[in-house]
Amino acid sequence: MWLSKQREEPHPFTECEAETVQKALLSVVNERLVIKGGRVVNDDQSQYADVYVEDGIIKQVGENLIVPGGVKVIEANGCMVIPGGIDVNTCLHKPYLGTPPVDDFYQGTKAALAGGTTMIIDHVTPQPGESLLEAFEKWQEVADKKSCCDYSLHLDIPHWHEGVKEELEQLVQEKGINSFQVYMAYKGLFQMPDSQLYEAFSFLKELGAVVLVHAENGDLIAQEQSKILGMGITGPEGHPLSRPEELEAEAVFRAITLGNRVNCPVYITKVMSKSAADTVATARKKGSVVFGEPITASLATDGSHYWSKNWAKAAAYVTSPPLSPDPTTPDHLHSLLSCGDLQVVGSGHCAYSTSQKAIGKDNFTLIPEGTNGVEERMGFVWDKAVAMGKMDENQFVAVTSTNAAKIFNLYPRKGRIAVGSDADIVIWDPDKIKTITAKAQQSALEYNIFEGMECHGGPVYVVSQGRIVFEEGNLQVQQGTGRFISRKPFPDVAYQRIKYRNKMMCKQGVSRGMYDGPVYDVPATPKYITPAPSAKTSPTTHQPPPIRNLHQSNFSLSGAQIDDNIPRRSGHRIVAPPGGRSNITSLG
Amino acid sequence: MSYQGKKNIPKITSERLLIKGGRIVNDDQSFYADIYMEDGVIKQIGDNLIVPGGVKTIEADGKMVIPGGIDIHTHLQMPFRGTSTVDDFSQGTKAALAGGTTMIVDHVIPEPGSSLLEAFERWREWADEKACCDYALHVDITHWNDSVRQEVLSLIKEKGVNSFQVYMAFKDLYQLSNSEIYEIFTFLGEHGGIAQVHAENGEIIAEEQARMLEMGITGPEGHVLSRPEELEAEAVFRAVTIASQTNCPLYVTRVMSKSAADIISQARKKGNVVFGEPITASLGTDGTHYWSKNWAKAASFVTSPPLSPDPTTPDYLNTLLASGDLSVVGSAHCTFSVAQKAIGKDDFTQIPEGVNGAEERMSVIWDKAVVTGKMDENMFVAVTSTNAAKILNLYPRKGRIAVGSDSDLVIWDTDAVRTITAKTHHSAAEYNVFEGMELRGAPMLVVCQGKIVLEDGNLHATAGTGRFIPCSPFPDFAYKRVKARKQMAILKAVPRGMYDGPVSEFSPMSRGGTPSASARTSPTKAPVRNLHQSGFTLSGKQTIELQ
Repeated sequence: MWLSKQREEPHPFTECEAETVQKALLSVVNERLVIKGGRVVNDDQSQYADVYVEDGIIKQVGENLIVPGGVKVIEANGCMVIPGGIDVNTCLHKPYLGTPPVDDFYQGTKAALAGGTTMIIDHVTPQPGESLLEAFEKWQEVADKKSCCDYSLHLDIPHWHEGVKEELEQLVQEKGINSFQVYMAYKGLFQMPDSQLYEAFSFLKELGAVVLVHAENGDLIAQEQSKILGMGITGPEGHPLSRPEELEAEAVFRAITLGNRVNCPVYITKVMSKSAADTVATARKKGSVVFGEPITASLATDGSHYWSKNWAKAAAYVTSPPLSPDPTTPDHLHSLLSCGDLQVVGSGHCAYSTSQKAIGKDNFTLIPEGTNGVEERMGFVWDKAVAMGKMDENQFVAVTSTNAAKIFNLYPRKGRIAVGSDADIVIWDPDKIKTITAKAQQSALEYNIFEGMECHGGPVYVVSQGRIVFEEGNLQVQQGTGRFISRKPFPDVAYQRIKYRNKMMCKQGVSRGMYDGPVYDVPATPKYITPAPSAKTSPTTHQPPPIRNLHQSNFSLSGAQIDDNIPRRSGHRIVAPPGGRSNITSLG
Repeated sequence: MSYQGKKNIPKITSERLLIKGGRIVNDDQSFYADIYMEDGVIKQIGDNLIVPGGVKTIEADGKMVIPGGIDIHTHLQMPFRGTSTVDDFSQGTKAALAGGTTMIVDHVIPEPGSSLLEAFERWREWADEKACCDYALHVDITHWNDSVRQEVLSLIKEKGVNSFQVYMAFKDLYQLSNSEIYEIFTFLGEHGGIAQVHAENGEIIAEEQARMLEMGITGPEGHVLSRPEELEAEAVFRAVTIASQTNCPLYVTRVMSKSAADIISQARKKGNVVFGEPITASLGTDGTHYWSKNWAKAASFVTSPPLSPDPTTPDYLNTLLASGDLSVVGSAHCTFSVAQKAIGKDDFTQIPEGVNGAEERMSVIWDKAVVTGKMDENMFVAVTSTNAAKILNLYPRKGRIAVGSDSDLVIWDTDAVRTITAKTHHSAAEYNVFEGMELRGAPMLVVCQGKIVLEDGNLHATAGTGRFIPCSPFPDFAYKRVKARKQMAILKAVPRGMYDGPVSEFSPMSRGGTPSASARTSPTKAPVRNLHQSGFTLSGKQTIELQ
């Protein structure tokens, strides 16, 4: 109860209080900071060292540092000093039917910081037909004004057409965006058919962007939804019933297939079920460049709550893909996260109040989708994976921060404690125990889907941009201090393999002599056009098939072929992408 | 049904036949017994049978006597752009008989937009005129609407068709969307049909084909390059998902690659009702030939999904067939002459698709699976005949040697060795994709409808003797589990009190439609929740939660 002790009222800062804090913070800007006596944990190693921070940058890491006098000292007392978390999946400004979520960039980033996350990447969700650039600028404007920590943005592509290409190019090259989300679900709204996905993947790959995929089979969902509504099921349990987990696994499989064909890195957002996670893991074993992102909710709770008798409680869990009703799912996802088959943990934080959720009180398909999780994200990974012995502390840093920084090309500026990196640092106490409750949370929501759960591990200090923003339960943040972090295309962790495969995958035709045998005379119907009725009549009316004149033709078909002894060398090269399809290696 | 026996039974009546000293091999057991047949039906099985005098007697000399093969997948006399495949129903069924297959199931392919019933009748006409052995028909659903729905129903109820194929490939021609396939599967599941699927991702193929042609690859190797095996696996996965959602038995035609076969065996392990059909070509040869310098040879292998360039594929598929993960073997016999194939000499997408295999089907399995020790003789009977009969709901009339079954049987010579060559095969095609292959195991004698049609290598088949065998819906083999699951799978809503809390105001546009412009404006008037009016509390313990 370390948080609630500090705060009596649900909303911490009134306007005037915020102002005083702002003044206090201004004096902090030039503050220099040294963190003493901590164990610095990066994704590759842990070491005892002090960290000296100046102007928002880590200047020195080591023992017995020589630092200027009058520097503020934080005693870490042997606690872990880790890179601040990066939450790669938030929706803090995604409107639903005209109303924004209750956690905006201010409220949401506050919650993030309280949980040890010092950077978020938010989804820009333009409406179909809206300009991507305009939507991006709208988001950036709102975030610049309100965000309390550094942020970046993903862009969702609601609709694929030629005009989008130019905007995408501009976003990548001038605006510093390197990740775009496409949807395989939401039929009639955001969903793209396979051929458009193929084109989008091809184009984004040329730009060096990471393709995020919301993977669910939208066609089947639409069918199931109308079936289930027809059966009279209108409550939140209809949501998981109409989106069974195999629809997620199917779409993940298809997305990976598309990624393989186009040779493009694919990032699956919101891995919610065992089978989807297994599909990602299998594909990685086959060599596909694919990343999987479970979210706080799928790692910490399950979908049994959809059957709660309390409508508001059941509706609070509605998100897509849905939480799996299988209660062993969180454990399985943690195992895959620990062994590296899943890489990044997001929160999928998208907070709609109960009255907003109640828009769908008579029809589950209208319930706005989203769960909370930005504040609880790191705590639950610690509690369920590290404290259980599945994961070590370095892997903890990797999945909460470093991998995200690498995939989205922020590394080593973010995601690492090293000289020159941004001073986004968390002092993590593994023994801290906290009971999650909506009463004590930073989020503006009146509920919390993790209500009553006990969580081991939590931040003691959070340093963002070189400033202490969270200190022993006290949050001292300021709206608008968050900077937009632009990201360059072609992140190495995703694109290095792609580049090599591009070189290997140049296909060649077989050089043959001209075929000079007889050719059947085809009526002028092209193949992919509905054939004329004449095709249906008995084929006897047409000329007899030409008789092959063996004297004119110089090829022979039966028996051994003259070239049979020549190895098919070109075939060997063509079909063997490195690591792509292992079953092909013995060809030749 | 009224058709059967209408035509040809009278001619056979005098034929009585006794097979002595053979070892009868069914899918469940093998035993030594004599078989007495009369009127095209097996009348007695046992030792020391009492039979009328003057009966023609065949000495089997301890050789295997097996139920005649059922080739569940052929395309004989298939129309293609004003021409048709070179093997018509007469030529094709002769080839089948020569290989020990006594029944074929052909695919009716209606042109998109045309009537299924008309196409079915046309195929019936062609086949009745020419077929030399019994046949049944699958009907392919190439488009979907309410009138097609009615036609499918009358095909099931009145015409004796119980299996329908849908296409996930051939974009803008036969390909159906996921939602259409969902509706078809739902419909078939309700009416006892088997959903067959040609599983390849047509969308991606179309993109890949355009890319290949752009790169200047126009030869037959472009066919396999534009249809990599994962597109097959992806579509199989999707088909399995849709079938499991709709609780409809699924039959995947032409399993050509390891990964597709793996998906099927995984799905079966999870309990899905799904059957996989490898074909003669995928069990007997591989896709390396697409790179042959001889255009005509390379083109002769063009079929969809393509043969896998991985040369270990046939072995792998034979293993899964032996273990029961794949269920039946078809031939997908669909032969075009070289001149017809040459329509696509400058553009691989124009090459008509299809390979031979009706005649070689049983020998290929014997040679690759039984001789190598993967499969026993009973399983051999299961995959070549019995399982097909069960899926088509023709069992035990077909697919078994038992009293009362049709007398379609084969004396199988396990020691025979023949070399496959286009010079001696019974198909009209001038090539053979198995050219030069030496196969052990061949039929020594074939009895079809109680008559000897193959003896000492001589074929005595008569066009027009084949009967249409109607297949009834709800085959137990597929539907017993489906029926039980239907009773289990009834979803129930949670009874709750009315939600009486506040409801957020929202712009009244429907969620699925294109949103109106108002959604784009800044959402400034977020409704404030009035906690005094609300009768429920959300934070902390919920009273109702305690249950």
